[in-house]
Amino acid sequence: MPDPVLELRGVIKEFGEAVVTRVLHGIDMRIERGEFVAMIGPSGSGKSTVLNLVGLLDRPTAGEVWVLGERSDRLDDDGLTQLRARSLGFVFQFHHLIGALSAGENVMMALAADQPRLTREMRRRSLEALTEVGLADRVDEDPRRLSGGQQQRVAIARALVRRPPLVLADEPTGNLDTRTAEEIFTLMRRVNKEQGIAFLIVTHDPRIAERCDRVVEIVDGRIVDGRIVDGPPR
Amino acid sequence: MWVDWFLALRILRDGRMQTLLITSGVAAGVTVMVFLSSLMTGLEVSLLKKTLGTQAHVVVRPAEERARPLLGDEVVRRVEATAQRTRSIDGWQQLLAALDAEAGVAAASPSATAPVFAVRGNGTEAVVVKGVVLDRFARVIDLTDHMVAGALTVADRGAVIGVGLAGKLGVTVGDRLRLQAADGTSELFDVRGLFDLGNKAANDVWVLVALRDAQTLLALTGGVSSIELRMPELFAAEALAARLRGRTGLEVESWMAANTELLTALRSQASSSAVIQAFVILAVAIGIASVLVVSVIQRSREIGILRAMGMSRGRITRVFLLQGGLVGVGGSLLGSGLGAALAVGFGKAVTDASGGPLLPIVLDAQLFLTASAVATATGLLAALLPARRAARLDPATAIRNA
Repeated sequence: MPDPVLELRGVIKEFGEAVVTRVLHGIDMRIERGEFVAMIGPSGSGKSTVLNLVGLLDRPTAGEVWVLGERSDRLDDDGLTQLRARSLGFVFQFHHLIGALSAGENVMMALAADQPRLTREMRRRSLEALTEVGLADRVDEDPRRLSGGQQQRVAIARALVRRPPLVLADEPTGNLDTRTAEEIFTLMRRVNKEQGIAFLIVTHDPRIAERCDRVVEIVDGRIVDGRIVDGPPR
Repeated sequence: MWVDWFLALRILRDGRMQTLLITSGVAAGVTVMVFLSSLMTGLEVSLLKKTLGTQAHVVVRPAEERARPLLGDEVVRRVEATAQRTRSIDGWQQLLAALDAEAGVAAASPSATAPVFAVRGNGTEAVVVKGVVLDRFARVIDLTDHMVAGALTVADRGAVIGVGLAGKLGVTVGDRLRLQAADGTSELFDVRGLFDLGNKAANDVWVLVALRDAQTLLALTGGVSSIELRMPELFAAEALAARLRGRTGLEVESWMAANTELLTALRSQASSSAVIQAFVILAVAIGIASVLVVSVIQRSREIGILRAMGMSRGRITRVFLLQGGLVGVGGSLLGSGLGAALAVGFGKAVTDASGGPLLPIVLDAQLFLTASAVATATGLLAALLPARRAARLDPATAIRNA
């Protein structure tokens, strides 16, 4: 049996106190080590909610979320924070770099998040991660002065620097032009192949979705399609 | 480098304007505290010094004489108060020995004091002759440091007088002076020294002579009219006076009772300065808190990211608390320097007629330490609310909404 980095079992999520809205109606999903998975679905279908649950930023109302063999609902806030630091990398649509820090420091913060002190080793590994995304010469740059594509590459370096088993990407190419989007996708795919890091990519872009190993489609809080895409598009 | 410090410093550096603003706010507060305190302390020290430089802390005198009409059945409409004569304290030598042994008394000086005339050629001045044991008296009133001419000695019919009186009578060290008591008795004295106590009343009026000489002049053979005390603890004077009054039945007056207005003035100054400082601290705290709250709101998305990357709530709290503390420390340093400069400048600018400083500016390390501790604590406390707010941010919402 393959080794899942992520598993959802019958996950239900409801919001609201007086008026309860059920957003997810029992989601079952597995992501194996090194898988490259796209999650698609119309706006309001529940994709972001799934991503928050998987990202350990939120807890399910019912059901189980397993990340690296740990059940999120059995952990307290600090436990979730630690598990997150250990096992997950995040890439967001609007890159979300920290303006007060340089590009290199942004990457370094992912390493320092659960450590008391900054070390030379962290600096070295941050530079290495930036080199991998082709931005070694921008290590001291203010991220607000970088182009959109460069910012997104810094964000990918930040997500990868800890070599997490799973990277969650929320519309990583959403606000990039086609050519840059292609660059970013290629970069993620390369990292996935070379380092065996699994990706869960939420996207609206069918061209991206169809080049993933597998597409999970969510409609109205239910998974409607778990088809596996082999190789090049059909 | 510690990650908490690194982040706090980076955020402060990034929000330059905000940081500058709140640091200046703290600096302004500390400046006010340092300046006001040094001024108040200077004022208090100077007033107390002026008042108590020429005044004993506690004076023991014989009980007042009262008219006690010996009457049968008659009704009197009015009993005239007796004029107070110069009288001696009964058993003053035993009392002096007891006072020497009394806790909280630094020095005790018996004196035979009475108004007399000083005559020199054509000039006559009303003066107060103080017959004292000089080494005791000099421990109660600091004369040694205030001699301007001659020597501090009254042996062999010597007298030490104030510069004001010397000027009025045209005498100087080596001249002779005749003192004439109310009953016509008079004695000649050699002027041995001149003092300047910085107090006109003392400089113009006091004539210090040996106790024995004054006793002869005043017909107080073997007696003293008062015993003057000096205490290490200034503000314990009234308590001691009350204790002695109860024990001896004599009239005992403390400087505090003799200078109630001064005391009231000092106290109200101290309390108004405390109120001003409290409001300044409050304003500074509100300033820091509001700027940091804005900073937290502006950075809520970034805080969400940091949380998503695996930073604990505790660390986020510490990062923002540190910012408050750092602003407090920075403002303290700046404000201490500014306050000290202002106080010194004020001391130099505000001078008396002779060009000397009107107020001694008192800048002790304690003041800076207190002001800095208060400012830093204010910074930390003010940052508490924003820091908790930052730590409570839900990362998912923060990332999505901002």
